Amino acid sequence: MKILKVLILVLFAAVLIYAASDLPYRGEPDNLMHAEQSITNTRVMGSYFIQNAYRDARTPNMVTVVLGDYRSIDTFGEQVVIYTAGLIALLVLRKSKRRRKK
Amino acid sequence: MIWELELIIYVFLALSAVVALEVTDMLVAVVMMTIFSFLMALLFIAMGAIDVGFTEAVIGAGVTGILFVVVVFRTSRKSND
Amino acid sequence: MNKPFQTPIVLLGARLLSPYIMVFGWYVIFHGHYSPGGGFQGGALLAASILLMRVAGGRTVAELQIKEFATTPLAVIGVMIYFATGLVAVAMGGYFLDYGMLPIPGMEPDWLRYTGILIIEVGIGLAVMAILVMIYDNMVRGEDYG
Repeated sequence: MKILKVLILVLFAAVLIYAASDLPYRGEPDNLMHAEQSITNTRVMGSYFIQNAYRDARTPNMVTVVLGDYRSIDTFGEQVVIYTAGLIALLVLRKSKRRRKK
Repeated sequence: MIWELELIIYVFLALSAVVALEVTDMLVAVVMMTIFSFLMALLFIAMGAIDVGFTEAVIGAGVTGILFVVVVFRTSRKSND
Repeated sequence: MNKPFQTPIVLLGARLLSPYIMVFGWYVIFHGHYSPGGGFQGGALLAASILLMRVAGGRTVAELQIKEFATTPLAVIGVMIYFATGLVAVAMGGYFLDYGMLPIPGMEPDWLRYTGILIIEVGIGLAVMAILVMIYDNMVRGEDYG
């Protein structure tokens, strides 16, 4: 059983490495996500963010502008998810005072 | 970053993951998982994603470690397999 | 938590380290416009400083820093800061979370966006800090930890 476990892990690692060999190199300027036009001749959204982030919000850190301004409803959804996780932890793990006395 | 340093980080990443899976003392497993998170943060920073690396270092190596230690002390410390 | 953790040396080290982590957390939140970081990371750092005191000192010391019943209202306040910012922008005639319409007099729309991002980051930081502390408190609730 142990051999089977190790074999499955090694096979899965081989599959992942094979899949990763198809990815573009990190930081290459010719990559598709850094191009001005996409394959279907529409404008890539990231180039707009890079060019206009400072002009729109006067913030040098582009990541903050994307997270807090352009994609702010996404961040709001993330906030609601964290809040729900906290409430569920409260509901599951709380011990009521009535039950503690017994 | 220098690629030799990245290779060393990858080797330690795999080592810490295997040790965290195979050890029977759960506290050691929690510490190994914290080391795994910290090395992941170093790799993220090496790839240029500084925000992601910062989040990984704070959440994965800080808060999650404390929560897992609490869970280990509330349940049993030795695992069966 | 178990008793053997709570020695005076550990408590002294935690008391020395905790305020600096907290100051760094507020720095990460408020300096997020210029350097890596932001609300989530800063809130997690604030939570880490509070959790350090809770692990090292037990319940009596933790009650001095932030009370247990105060964490849930803080989380609600954090989420409501974010939501109210969006609703104020809607009430002033813009879209939801359109910071350019916030009613602060004497500011251009781009500087209004700057201020709006700062307001919501403080909200995110408060909510994340309160929720992480709340999860820890509920996990050790039944235990007599000092």
